[in-house]
Amino acid sequence: MPDGRGKYRRLIGIQLRISLLTAMQYRWDFLAQGLMQLLWMALSVMPLYIAYKARAVAQGSSLTATDIGGWGFYPATMVFATFYLLKAALDGAINPSLIGVVDHIRKGTLDFVLLKPADAQFLVSTAKFELWHVIDGLAAAVLVGVASQRFSHSGAPVGAFSASAILASLLLLLCGALLLYAVWLLVVCAAFYVVRIDNLSYLFTSVFDFARWPRGVFRGALHVVFTYVLPLVVMTSFPVDALLGRLRPQEALWALVLTGLLLLLSRWTFRRALANYTSASS
Amino acid sequence: MAGLKAYPTLLRIGFAEAIAYRAELLVWMLTTTMPLVSMALWSSAAAGQRLGPEQMGQAELVGYFTLTLLVRLITSSWVLWQLTEEIRSGTLAQRLLRPIHPLVSYTAEQLAALPLRGAIVLPLALGLLYFFARGQITSDPWLWLCFVLALPGAWAINFLSMALIGLLAFYVDSTLGLFYAWIGVYTLMSGYMVPMSLMPAWMAKLAALLPFRYMLETPVRMLLGWPLVGGAKDTLTGRAEAFWSLGIEYGYVVVLLVGVALLWRAGLRRYAAFGG
Repeated sequence: MPDGRGKYRRLIGIQLRISLLTAMQYRWDFLAQGLMQLLWMALSVMPLYIAYKARAVAQGSSLTATDIGGWGFYPATMVFATFYLLKAALDGAINPSLIGVVDHIRKGTLDFVLLKPADAQFLVSTAKFELWHVIDGLAAAVLVGVASQRFSHSGAPVGAFSASAILASLLLLLCGALLLYAVWLLVVCAAFYVVRIDNLSYLFTSVFDFARWPRGVFRGALHVVFTYVLPLVVMTSFPVDALLGRLRPQEALWALVLTGLLLLLSRWTFRRALANYTSASS
Repeated sequence: MAGLKAYPTLLRIGFAEAIAYRAELLVWMLTTTMPLVSMALWSSAAAGQRLGPEQMGQAELVGYFTLTLLVRLITSSWVLWQLTEEIRSGTLAQRLLRPIHPLVSYTAEQLAALPLRGAIVLPLALGLLYFFARGQITSDPWLWLCFVLALPGAWAINFLSMALIGLLAFYVDSTLGLFYAWIGVYTLMSGYMVPMSLMPAWMAKLAALLPFRYMLETPVRMLLGWPLVGGAKDTLTGRAEAFWSLGIEYGYVVVLLVGVALLWRAGLRRYAAFGG
């Protein structure tokens, strides 16, 4: 048996292949689910458009000239698309696996996972992928691209879309995904202590819905909470700010530090929870 | 009728269940964040401006979405999940054995949770209304009456439309996809994310024709003293409009009731329980 990194690379390959096989087995479902996600995305971008339009009419200006909370229409659309990109990652890669943990704990089958000769957190985090979310993830990426392109033609600020800005933005996007994972893992750890938390997943998803608007929309206490406590703004607005070259260095630093901290905290909590775990079956 | 006599008992059981799963109920209610998400966007969009034909400012929009949250919390139901799951797993067979219509027993379960829901919603409601929407609520007693009368209708449309979609489980394996499509249209057309007066003209026209507004925006507008979309506040024509929409609302309830009854009879005939 190969050791170290090789083992984990092989394991994740196997998990992905199984998920792919499952997806191919239900290929009509795959397409239908994907289409449904696209429809949802189209429906939920409507309020953003309508709000900008209504404000533009009230101000007597145009859609692209107006702003809400300091954010123009195209940057706001980029945040919205980033939100859907992360949502695709959440629904496709993070959520399905970690929901499985809750089931394992309730039925007592987590023992079988713990017996396997690999890291338990790795095993439960990669147990299942719902691959149709590739469809909406791609659509969201295309939307980021289109909005960026439109924005760069209608007077983007200096420094936007430079190579370093794109690099920083990608890095922050990765931070966003990792943050989402870490917060999710913390939520799942609650399952070790309270038995029924399947609806906690719904709760988390509905709170995550706030991340769809640019951060200018949140003022006062809400902005502080979404930056420092529940970092929704860090996940979706920071990458766009970075892409537009207007993210302050200390903010980028905060995103990196926070990601590191939350990853460590979630790992530590998971291990503690495992240590206190008394199996339901034996 | 045996069914009617059993109803109070069913309500008691339902209430006990709601108490037993109180934490779950609370979490379910907390998942209704969408009105607050919409409020964040719209109150920023209205900063220093007045939007639409009704000249809605920040205060009006905050009031609107506060009431949206409350009406949604009071009138929502989960019969669809229950129904599809019981049809699929075959546990519906047990309900069929009882001398009471399964749909009636579902209503008992849903209604029995209302006192507890109310106990959670009411302090929240009063707090939100006091702090955010004090000046927005109408003082017209007729509109208050209309609002109170509109709530059971909104609940019924919600329950019956869910039951209608759930009953399709007699014919197809999974109705959830269809339901999500329905919810998608609902969020856009009921005033959940965008007030009707701020929608583009074609969308507002469509929303006026569909039943979704009666589940949410119509009661909300009554309490705001603004039943007429695009009109002024607290007017006599507004009051007439409120009576008129109550009529349409209950018309929809009757239509849905007939639809559910027909589908129930047709579906049950072809239902072969999977064990259970």
